[in-house]
Amino acid sequence: MKTHVLYFAVIRERLKRDRDEVELPAGATVGQLMAHLAGREPAVAALRAHLKVAVNQAMVGDDHALRDGDEVALIPPVSGGACCSR
Amino acid sequence: MLFKVTDAPLSLDEVVRAVSAESQGGLVTFTGVVRDHNHGKRIVRLEYEAYRPMAERVMRDLGEAIMREMPGVRVAMAHRVGTLGIGEAAVVIAASAPHRGPAFDACEAAIDRLKQSVPIWKKEVAEDGEEWIGCGP
Repeated sequence: MKTHVLYFAVIRERLKRDRDEVELPAGATVGQLMAHLAGREPAVAALRAHLKVAVNQAMVGDDHALRDGDEVALIPPVSGGACCSR
Repeated sequence: MLFKVTDAPLSLDEVVRAVSAESQGGLVTFTGVVRDHNHGKRIVRLEYEAYRPMAERVMRDLGEAIMREMPGVRVAMAHRVGTLGIGEAAVVIAASAPHRGPAFDACEAAIDRLKQSVPIWKKEVAEDGEEWIGCGP
């Protein structure tokens, strides 16, 4: 199955592109997709612990099962998160 | 209700109009403005980037949550993306309610929650370098 992976901000800058089409076996999870991307891209591996993932514009966990045609976005930390001051 | 991401200059008047009504006696606005310093560095400009469709959806969801939590409240938000100079508005929020207490509370909740959860990123360009802001490495 094919997924449309979107990159933003620091990830987009380091990968020098804003998207990829990634082919995965049927039933692959977000965690498996992320492991695949981290294996291919050092920038993803380096930031892995800080990246969240959205599928079709909703945040999901690593065990979320992907489907053909899903839009997957890697979400780096946003400004103003809990550890940033008001 | 108005929840939008745009690359055009923001209009406070637009979000004010979106929440105004004859029932609403209190109207509060917030404007997030690009400032000239951060952590001792002199800032030259900021660059904002959004996952636009999700950002608008999350803004709408959090606006609707606030309106459910505080009956009578109306909220509208607009966030700008692209390159912004010092003094330019990056985000405008308007909140209204029959009375002022909930209007203040709603406006504060809106900006606090927006900053926590909306997929919009800010790159700070300072005199000596640039950095994506966030609580990452």
